[in-house]
Amino acid sequence: MSNNRSNTIRTGHFFRSFLFAPALTVVLAVATLTAAHAQLTIDVTTSAGRQVPVAIIPFANEVSAPQNITPVISANLARTGLFRMVNTVGISKLPTEPSEINFLDWTSRSAEALVIGGITTQADGRFEVKVRLFDVAKQNQLAIFSYVATASQLRATAHKISDEIYEKLIGERGIFSTRIAYVLKRGPRFDLQVADADGFNPQTVLSALEPIRSPKWSPDGTKIAYVSFENRKSSVFVQDLVTGKRAMVANFRGDNYAPSWSPDGSKLVVTLSKDSVAQIYVIPATGGEATRVVESTSMDLNATFTGDGRDIIFVSERSGGAQLYIVPVAGGTPRRLTFEGSNNTNPRMSPDGKLVAFVSREASRLRIATLELATGQVNVLTDGPLDDSPSFSPNGRTILYEDKSGGRGRLGAVSTDSRVKQKLSSQSGDVREPAWGPYGTSSAR
Amino acid sequence: MKKLLIGVSLAVLLAACASKEPIKETKVEDRSAATTTSTTPPPTTQGTQGQQSGTATRVDPLKDPNNPLSKRVIYFEYDKDAVKPEFTSLVQAHAAYLGQNRNRKIRLEGHADERGSREYNMALGQRRADAVRKAVAVLGVGNERVETISFGEDKPKSTGHDEAAWAQNRRVEILYDGE
Repeated sequence: MSNNRSNTIRTGHFFRSFLFAPALTVVLAVATLTAAHAQLTIDVTTSAGRQVPVAIIPFANEVSAPQNITPVISANLARTGLFRMVNTVGISKLPTEPSEINFLDWTSRSAEALVIGGITTQADGRFEVKVRLFDVAKQNQLAIFSYVATASQLRATAHKISDEIYEKLIGERGIFSTRIAYVLKRGPRFDLQVADADGFNPQTVLSALEPIRSPKWSPDGTKIAYVSFENRKSSVFVQDLVTGKRAMVANFRGDNYAPSWSPDGSKLVVTLSKDSVAQIYVIPATGGEATRVVESTSMDLNATFTGDGRDIIFVSERSGGAQLYIVPVAGGTPRRLTFEGSNNTNPRMSPDGKLVAFVSREASRLRIATLELATGQVNVLTDGPLDDSPSFSPNGRTILYEDKSGGRGRLGAVSTDSRVKQKLSSQSGDVREPAWGPYGTSSAR
Repeated sequence: MKKLLIGVSLAVLLAACASKEPIKETKVEDRSAATTTSTTPPPTTQGTQGQQSGTATRVDPLKDPNNPLSKRVIYFEYDKDAVKPEFTSLVQAHAAYLGQNRNRKIRLEGHADERGSREYNMALGQRRADAVRKAVAVLGVGNERVETISFGEDKPKSTGHDEAAWAQNRRVEILYDGE
């Protein structure tokens, strides 16, 4: 086993230079090329329930722009399973200005919403993108958006437009400008990658020949905590995505795993076996002394802070099997949360703090379920057979998870009302342990 | 050494003469690996670390395929951490070796098959390593010489997805210091 870590670990300097070298056109050119290929392909497999029929018309001058916009918007909205793209073929003059709209064309196709726009090149070489959203039935303009972007920012602009349309029509924040992290295994190599929510622009932030596990975004989206086995055992690391620097924050005797951030980003709750049996400890996010949350003779592990940061939800084997419990951070008597099934693990909080996603195991089948904290109600959302590692989108609508079954690891996504399901797969390797990044981490450059 | 041999043989001859018995030569056991004629005491056998017998042998019992100590893997039932009876003698062999070689330390690496969440499998791997630790502790090996760590399901021995593969992955591996 090699002890030469510098040979086996490469951190994301490419990632850093990418963010801070906009003047280097060579770097940008490479970025544009890689942007054309999605690492992950995402397919909607189920979409039950109401879909908003929306017509998205190609923008004026779009074909001559360096990056197309409307196909990105259409793909974004279609991928949510909440929209049906209305066919635009057969309309002789597709409108790009309000005066050109014939609403009857669109009511006859059952469209409820219409999106038109145009791209104009400014004197400074940047592009102005203007978009209008219409209510077809009422024949009035719902919203107008305008952006100025460089060529390399056009794709991010399409994501922003998608967010605006989504919010106007669905009534909640969109997630198209967010990013996801995951571990990609190709042969013997493990890559921790960060990609746009649509699977484009994957960036490797850590590459290693020993397993990388459980990436978790800091609440402000600038850091990722993860477990690495580079020291021939589990250790917890925090890596700054902006600087590329990484710090080992927990390497106690025995196992160090399952890191989870406090809502204010100052602490991590981790599982440590240093005191002979797995227990829950809180450590500063920069590393340091471990404070045990609750002392027990049974295995306590796999914890997460609640939304307000006051309590910790964790897995305990104190009643036989593995069940979810909740306890104040300051300590106290844990209260049991799950009562069905003998194995409930991997709790992850929803952004609004009301729902806990977890992995429910029955016989040897793993499925993603949610527990409503206020009522105790449990809903099983997926079928398995080996679904693991749930992670909420920052608007709380969708749970990203890992499908471990069969030969090829893939990700899945399911809406919390279980009506929409997606499969995300990579052509080049096993994708595992996804983590959906928070708002404010757009890869806009 | 030869002087010693001659001296003994002479004593035998003299004894034989005294007893009027036919001369019998008693073979002197040669305890020396050396064949020099120096007068220094015969060098003691310097076996490799951990040798139990006095004979010189170059094979490390931990790596000798004929020695149970070279067997380093204990397998488990699904979702269980009990050390099965078929592995008792293996545990005893390693405990005995550690008892006689108090400078050696071991690392117990616990693993699980994929049919559990990744976090649960870290705990299951730990429980298995712990079970083996307790088994050797009962036989006198102190905890300070035993490190237990878990890899969960993330370092499988077999990358298949059937019972044969899973059975290979539910295991604890015993590694000695320096391995």
